[in-house]
Amino acid sequence: MSELEFFVDPSRCIGCMSCVNACAECDTHRGHSMIHVDFLDREESTATVPFVCMHCENPTCAQVCPADAIKQTEDGVVQSSLKPRCVACSNCVVACPFGIPKMPSRLEQMMKCDMCYDRTSVGKKPMCATVCPSGALAFTLRSTIERERREVPVNEFVFGRQTVRTKVHMMVPAGTATISLDVLDHLWISHKGVLQ
Amino acid sequence: MSERPPLQELIEKYGPHTASVPPGGWESRGDHASETLVKTHCCFCGQQCGIQLKVRDNTVVGFEPWEEFPFNKGKLCPKGVKRYLQGASPDRLLEPLMKAPGEGFRPASWEEAMAFTARRIQEIRAEHGPDSVAIYGGASLTTEKAYLLGKFARLAVGTRHIDYNGRLCMVSAGTAYKLALGIDRAPNSWADIPKAQVLLVAGANVAECAPITTDYIWRCRDNGGKLIVADPRMTPITRNADLYLPVRPGTDLALYLSMLHVILRDGLEDRAFLDAHTTGFEQAIASSQRWDPLTAAEVTGVPPQSIETAAHWFAEADRAMVLHARGVEHHSKGVENCLSLVNLCLATGNFGREGAGCVMITGQGNGQGGREHGQKCDQLPGARSISDPEARAHVAGVWGVSPDEIPHAGYSAVEIMEAIHRGEIKALLSICFNPLVSLPDAGFTQEALERLEFFGVVDFFLSETAHFADVVLAGSLQEEHEGVVCTAEGRVVHIRKAVDPPGQAREDWKIYVDLAARLGKADLFPYTEPKDIFEELRHASRGGTADYYGITYDRLDKEMGVFWPCPSEDHPGTPRLFEGGHFHFPDGRARILPTEYRESGDPVDATFPVYLTTGRVVSQYLSGTQTRRIGPLVDQCPAPRVEMHPTLAAAHGLQDGDRVTVTTRRRAITLDVHVVKTIRPDTVFIAYHWPDRQSANQLTHRTLDPRSKIPEFKVSACRLEKAIA
Repeated sequence: MSELEFFVDPSRCIGCMSCVNACAECDTHRGHSMIHVDFLDREESTATVPFVCMHCENPTCAQVCPADAIKQTEDGVVQSSLKPRCVACSNCVVACPFGIPKMPSRLEQMMKCDMCYDRTSVGKKPMCATVCPSGALAFTLRSTIERERREVPVNEFVFGRQTVRTKVHMMVPAGTATISLDVLDHLWISHKGVLQ
Repeated sequence: MSERPPLQELIEKYGPHTASVPPGGWESRGDHASETLVKTHCCFCGQQCGIQLKVRDNTVVGFEPWEEFPFNKGKLCPKGVKRYLQGASPDRLLEPLMKAPGEGFRPASWEEAMAFTARRIQEIRAEHGPDSVAIYGGASLTTEKAYLLGKFARLAVGTRHIDYNGRLCMVSAGTAYKLALGIDRAPNSWADIPKAQVLLVAGANVAECAPITTDYIWRCRDNGGKLIVADPRMTPITRNADLYLPVRPGTDLALYLSMLHVILRDGLEDRAFLDAHTTGFEQAIASSQRWDPLTAAEVTGVPPQSIETAAHWFAEADRAMVLHARGVEHHSKGVENCLSLVNLCLATGNFGREGAGCVMITGQGNGQGGREHGQKCDQLPGARSISDPEARAHVAGVWGVSPDEIPHAGYSAVEIMEAIHRGEIKALLSICFNPLVSLPDAGFTQEALERLEFFGVVDFFLSETAHFADVVLAGSLQEEHEGVVCTAEGRVVHIRKAVDPPGQAREDWKIYVDLAARLGKADLFPYTEPKDIFEELRHASRGGTADYYGITYDRLDKEMGVFWPCPSEDHPGTPRLFEGGHFHFPDGRARILPTEYRESGDPVDATFPVYLTTGRVVSQYLSGTQTRRIGPLVDQCPAPRVEMHPTLAAAHGLQDGDRVTVTTRRRAITLDVHVVKTIRPDTVFIAYHWPDRQSANQLTHRTLDPRSKIPEFKVSACRLEKAIA
């Protein structure tokens, strides 16, 4: 794969669902979209967030898979489960800290975003990042996005005692180095290591 | 004459039925060897994004992004992503249909349908005169077809009355720009948007109606630009606005007059620019005088401090731009609204430079090109005035007729429907237009359609309007013939033919050429392919405002489009108008025209206390004839809802998901409630893409802007009542 990287910027998302529709057009997962766009709370605001697989360096989904069905490519892309191995147990669905994998009951196989491996492996951009009208999904050089945007890329996420580093970057306000999504990280921990 | 067969039977037979699976099924995906890619443009919206259609066995089966096309670089909205499915709908008309009394429609041969159409036009013309026949066109037609239609109406039928659905789109902006600047075109290419230091987005739901433009706005912010959004609703782009102006429907003019007031009060105007490049400034001062921010706040609901801030940001920037769309244009003072925005840019010297200008975002597929070459009731090719003797002589010369043979200006789109209603116009031939869904006051439109003595429709699906037709001629989708369109930027681009029309359906232009011959005018329509029409159009537009003479299909392919005016083949085209402050008038000066505030045509009162405004959603396009047949787009927004603020909902005892009856001075419809805090608490919003009992245009009114003749879709008065079911 090239040196191009994947960046997600929810602040640019307009909730148009272009990515969701385009993902379903893929030649490999025909008609099934592997990307999620959530309206956070439509009554309160128009804010929306697109989620692709974050492609963790040490993927939790693979760790918890009892059938060893989830493989990583050499360049770090975490793939959908291998059909002959997947036992459709949904461990990965439950364990993923980002809530990405889905278990379409019709298929009995865990499916998720593989960063358009069929496209990226031949030098194309992932479909969602190509069509996204707002640049909320971008597949570009890190140097380009750092030069062009106000927000900065972050790929380290802290979930309690688990720190997850990902291949995909979230664009966050400048000055943010990591994203903690757990209140525990903001609590005072006494010198005995006890949460107060 | 034109009675509608039972509606349920029509819907069962002709849809809308959706297509969700690509032709050949998902299983056929990946068979790349038998596929070709055709570089063309999306059939929806004025941005005309570049797209590659995937073709197998003379069928469009998918798409690939076209990343080299400079406007969108592969970006597409959901309509663009799924547009390939439109040809897959089972509703596609494959042969002509004729009304069969008591049994709906029956298939007919082309010979029978065309002979009948020609005979009825001739009979009605002979009995009531040529102006008893009207022609409707549309702004999604290629420019060749729009040109052909203008010539067909005026020379083959001999009627004054030709107009098109672009009358429901940006005509207020077009009229204002022509009056003030001399040219009806966005003055800047979109490449200027990221260069602006301040962007005022005025009545434009960019994220849903021109989604690709979002990226240009975000890039402006990346560069440090400030974003001001004025809209009764917090549309998705408002999330990143530096200043939000929650303007009350119908009061935009007061807001922009007040911004001008602040600019003049604080001496922020660009005197040097005004002195060198404009006339009429003193009158503009007079019309803004009474609009101090406090007075404007009382009318608009926008806080005085926000008006002050907006005016200062806009005037103090070196480079400021306005982007505006239907939100300011769909008003009985739509032209004044647009003039007030033009005046802000003129007063601050923001024209003819990088990152500076007043830009309309044209809405329809060929909204720009479709209005330049003759299907507008008052224009001849080249955006020439039909009342200008020199223009008439030029065009008559190209057409090989005497100027006297070209009829004078006729009625606009809504006026044509009104003339049908009162019996003055007896026959209508319509293409690319679904007025029963898209015109205001749908009940009136239906009454009018029922009164027609002859109604012919050219279309690829049986639209709700076509239910009333005597004959339906099966025409072509955008991908089924070649042509050009002009984008919102003023960039002329090439639409390539990807497939042949299916069954016996015909390319639209052939239907009109055939009909012209049957009306005895074959010699005036000697075309064998769309390129022949384009070559004639080049000459007809030559020397006009919209001069295409230097544009060829080859150039469009090599240069990824050419911006008009382009008077010669060695001319590079004109991405930015008015460079150096030279406006399109003999003296080179822009006209600053006064604007006077007035009430909307359907004011709120004690009986109808709530404002109703209408618009679009991202997954549907216009009257929905195409997009209500594309499954994934229907799934995304299956039906219209009544969007309202929780305080308005609570005052009516309504909760999200309840049914509410919305009643105006015309009619009532009942829909689901959608409770959101992103709309003013005195306003409800309904999207207008649906027919019959879901039609927002059952509620709207026919008040027109006196100059542009645009209807006032953006403000009606209504009342709300909780419905039982």
